[in-house]
Amino acid sequence: MHFVNRNLANPKQTSNIGMETTLSVEELNKREAEFDAKIAGGKTIEPKDWMPERYRKQLLRMMSQHAHSEVVGMLPEGNWITRAPSLARKAVLLAKVQDEAGHGLYIYSAAETLGMDRSEMIDQLLSGKAKYSSIFNYPTLSWADIGAIGWLVDGAAIVNQTVLAKCSYGPYSRAMLRICKEENFHNKQGYQIMAYLMRGTKEQRDMAQDAMNRFWWPALMMFGPSDTNSPNSADLMKWKVKLHSNDDLRQRFIDRTVPQAEAIGLRIPDDKLKWNESTRHYEFGEINWAEFNQVISGNGPCNKLRMKQRTDAHNNGAWVREAAAAYSAKKAASKK
Amino acid sequence: MILNDALKEYCLRIADNSSILAHRLSEWSGHGPILEEDIAMSNMALDLIGQARGFYSYAATLEGKGRTEDDLAFRRDAREFVNRNLVEQPDHKDFGTAMLRSFLYSCLSYLQFRALMNSKDETISGLSAKAIKEVTYHVRHCGDWVVRLGDGTEESHRRINNSLEELWMYTAELFEQNEVDALLVKEGIAVDLTTLKQDWLNLVDEIFTQAKLTKPAEGGYQSSGGINGMHTEHLGYILAEMQFLPRAYPDAIW
Repeated sequence: MHFVNRNLANPKQTSNIGMETTLSVEELNKREAEFDAKIAGGKTIEPKDWMPERYRKQLLRMMSQHAHSEVVGMLPEGNWITRAPSLARKAVLLAKVQDEAGHGLYIYSAAETLGMDRSEMIDQLLSGKAKYSSIFNYPTLSWADIGAIGWLVDGAAIVNQTVLAKCSYGPYSRAMLRICKEENFHNKQGYQIMAYLMRGTKEQRDMAQDAMNRFWWPALMMFGPSDTNSPNSADLMKWKVKLHSNDDLRQRFIDRTVPQAEAIGLRIPDDKLKWNESTRHYEFGEINWAEFNQVISGNGPCNKLRMKQRTDAHNNGAWVREAAAAYSAKKAASKK
Repeated sequence: MILNDALKEYCLRIADNSSILAHRLSEWSGHGPILEEDIAMSNMALDLIGQARGFYSYAATLEGKGRTEDDLAFRRDAREFVNRNLVEQPDHKDFGTAMLRSFLYSCLSYLQFRALMNSKDETISGLSAKAIKEVTYHVRHCGDWVVRLGDGTEESHRRINNSLEELWMYTAELFEQNEVDALLVKEGIAVDLTTLKQDWLNLVDEIFTQAKLTKPAEGGYQSSGGINGMHTEHLGYILAEMQFLPRAYPDAIW
């Protein structure tokens, strides 16, 4: 059992937590300079390497938030597994949601190298201290929403994660490389669901357009606030944790998604959307940042439901985890 | 009954069992006690969906009326389903019940597929050879959990014991047979389930001993009739949910 021994009394390879306090100012400056040089030279930072405390904290925040997003992200799609319209669709959706559990596990493990145990990260999620992507606080109301999520939400995630695969922290970068491959399959299955709906009956086409209307703007919000309002951006860019601005990535997503929508006859719910020949980019309307701020501060349509679902799963499973730990301890004792 | 019809019915039975149990397992996606189990339960559900697809497709071919695997899964009503009632039982998000349900069923399924690998029907033997690898893992994984929970904490022992009390009444039915079996056994296509009963008990007893569980006393109520379309109240709800889209939009292709 992986989880039984997973506590800090039995640490895995972890970073240099708390070491800074013993360093002199000169030594600290020297190390920071070396660290900066390493990053500037395009080298990755590995768990055993020295790193500034702020770098460690920011990465831990980002990675745990990312892992939580994978796990909470299982819920809106999981909502349709038992109602998938064919055996093949059911298998694909089940496999996709299973992948997300795998991604969560993988990123939690990568984040543990920064010195925090998975169970502690999960406690932070359940207590509301840690965030997850705001997109999962929207409901899945029809089968078409499963298509929209795979296509738009995973599509946006791919744009983000392809860049993260080049970030300076080794474990995170490697996790992203692996995850991106699976996300591409998710993206394709979502788009395929939409394409099938768009060449189906009128009811199916309406269903698809309705999902598009509801998920387009929240998908754009996934890239985070505009750069002028992104408090952590400057540090993250200096450390090559972040390589492009939120707005750049959002633009990249829009530019690649609009032609896909047009190809299957879906309308983008934005009257201001138009191709700009001179910039070679799409112009688009104003994002409703008031809504975004509401949702990330806990006031979205499904924030309470998602936290309840996660908390229930955690609590309903407590006796199982305790039993596994007790059994494992008994077995270990009988071997001595 | 002619051989072709019997064979189709036999395939439907295996497919319905797999499909309904997969449905129950898939309800756990995103709700497991640990991420590792979310992944494991999805794995088992995916295996079962694969088995269901194989046997539904073969049933559709035998029927020869142009129906597909999905027509058989999504366009039949509860009285036409021929799964064992064990697999349709709800677990109310009790992980022990879910594991025990799969364990009890998988032990039979394992023995059945093992025998069917020697079926004179090549499609059946081929599908069984593929399924046996999957079901071997299901027996082991679920059996391991029954042991952990049975011999874990006081609470886990009490809970898995309650699950056993609830599910045991659906185990005798696992061995029920009808004219379909009689015909196919004679032809060397199917396996006589009565010959598997002792092996099944041995598999179950071995795990129960390790789990410190005692089988409920004989003489209580035993469910009957799944293979003849007699089900519990739960199947109707599973189908209402599962078949909603194809029923609500009969002309749609998904």
